[in-house]
Amino acid sequence: MTAEVPASERPADIRAVPARHPGRWVATAVVLVLLAMQVHLLFTNKNFGWSVVRRYLFNPIVRRGIVTTMELTILAMVIGVFLGIVLAVMRLSKNPVTSWVSWVYIWFFRGTPVLVQIIFWFNINLLIKSFSLGVPFGPTFVSWKVNSLITPFVAAVLALGLNEAAYMAEIVRAGLLSVDEGQTEAAYALGMTRLGTLIRIVLPQAMRVIIPPTGNETISMLKTSSLAYTISVLELLRATQSIAARNLETIPLLLVASIWYIVMTSVLTGGQFYVERYFARGASRTMPSTPLQMIRSNLRTLGGRRRR
Amino acid sequence: MTTLMVDAQSIHKSFGINEVLKGITLEVEPGEVVCLLGPSGSGKSTFLRCINHLEKINAGRLYVDGELVGYRQQGDRLHELHDKEIARKRTEIGMVFQNFNLFPHMTALENITEAPTRVKGEPKHDVNARARDLLAKVGLSEKVGAYPRQLSGGQQQRVAIARALAMRPKLMLFDEPTSALDPELVGDVLAVMRDLARSGMTMVVVTHEIGFAREVADKVVFMDGGVVVEQGLPSEVISNPRHERTKAFLAQVL
Repeated sequence: MTAEVPASERPADIRAVPARHPGRWVATAVVLVLLAMQVHLLFTNKNFGWSVVRRYLFNPIVRRGIVTTMELTILAMVIGVFLGIVLAVMRLSKNPVTSWVSWVYIWFFRGTPVLVQIIFWFNINLLIKSFSLGVPFGPTFVSWKVNSLITPFVAAVLALGLNEAAYMAEIVRAGLLSVDEGQTEAAYALGMTRLGTLIRIVLPQAMRVIIPPTGNETISMLKTSSLAYTISVLELLRATQSIAARNLETIPLLLVASIWYIVMTSVLTGGQFYVERYFARGASRTMPSTPLQMIRSNLRTLGGRRRR
Repeated sequence: MTTLMVDAQSIHKSFGINEVLKGITLEVEPGEVVCLLGPSGSGKSTFLRCINHLEKINAGRLYVDGELVGYRQQGDRLHELHDKEIARKRTEIGMVFQNFNLFPHMTALENITEAPTRVKGEPKHDVNARARDLLAKVGLSEKVGAYPRQLSGGQQQRVAIARALAMRPKLMLFDEPTSALDPELVGDVLAVMRDLARSGMTMVVVTHEIGFAREVADKVVFMDGGVVVEQGLPSEVISNPRHERTKAFLAQVL
């Protein structure tokens, strides 16, 4: 038998006077004043030219720039991710030659600035005049002039994509290594092949580790694609700068570019959340709730409280 | 004479300079349940992993159902088998691991259907039905859609057994299937294994469950230091061990 504790023995809830934190109030005041100064500057300094910003925000040239920036980012990331997976698998392969080739690739493309690589691809025709398909060191079947094949846009995609592959390779490799070896063994014991195990068992689990840095890379790529400006690809920065070159409204047009970059990165950040959520299935007992679900449940608790 | 299910002849296995198997000779008849007992580090698990070629042996000959494991013999020369052939042979041997190794990104049902559909190419409909039957058999009908992390250790291990059985293996290997479980969950897993043994499945079980070995095993093998110290009926090896090392080990675990 257990002794029952009478309700009267429960001590009263503690109701103490909260400690005072004057430092917090000072810090809050300082930050708010600084913030107010920024906002004030934003709206009173005429040189920001908000009316110009408004006029050019949806300008057709700017819109074309946005599309080009998105194309550059998507194509470069697709090359980066797929080549990155291949490089990571090569790097982890038992074959010393493939592993070494992968290492050298990563070493080279991480070791040179991406701007240099962009200019390099832009000038590739100085190095190679034509591409051809055929037997190595033997006869050729088809061939293309490099000048017609490697447009500035293609040069930028290649440079950004091949550079990205080196970084993605390391991200993918870290992901593959993060998957417990028991998973591979279990798959082998069931008679799965190496490739089947990689695609069906290891990669889906590695995705949880691969996705967050890949999101970062995509956001970073969106901004890095502005380097294509230097080889006259009409992406967002070049589009706004070409307008500024005519009307000399440098600051407002930089603001236009910045606004669109921040809009695009914000959209990507949101997308990243849903992709991570998809690959988290099975990883925890409950799924993380989506922002919508969070708002709904917050509303519900608020409503509940009011009713009480 | 029937073909032996497992025929191990003087198996040697080293990891670097550390020799963990020093000449294991062991026979498993079809339908037999063999329990491997012994202290940790005695090489039991390594030997088990050699049977489905997760580990390569350094010397000796290992046959499963009359076929050499991992190699093809031509004259007196051994040729390494290709990965695909090794994988094909593994489909006939089920394995259950100490840490379950269920695929965490797949539901219980998907864990079971993955290999029969992807490896053997069986129609999805048949495999799904079979997988549900197997889950019912291990007492987990209501966990079809659960992910491994939503299951207890004992439930996970039973799904793992169902996963192995879905391939219709002729031999089942158990590598300390209950060692990672809380004591109160061990019973459910052992019950499933007992049923399986009664159904006539050939089983090689590395275990510390002496009671299970005594009750279910047709043969008990005691290993220590990479050699078989003694083997025989459970009534001989467990109840009347002849060797000092066996006696000392049993005194500690019983």
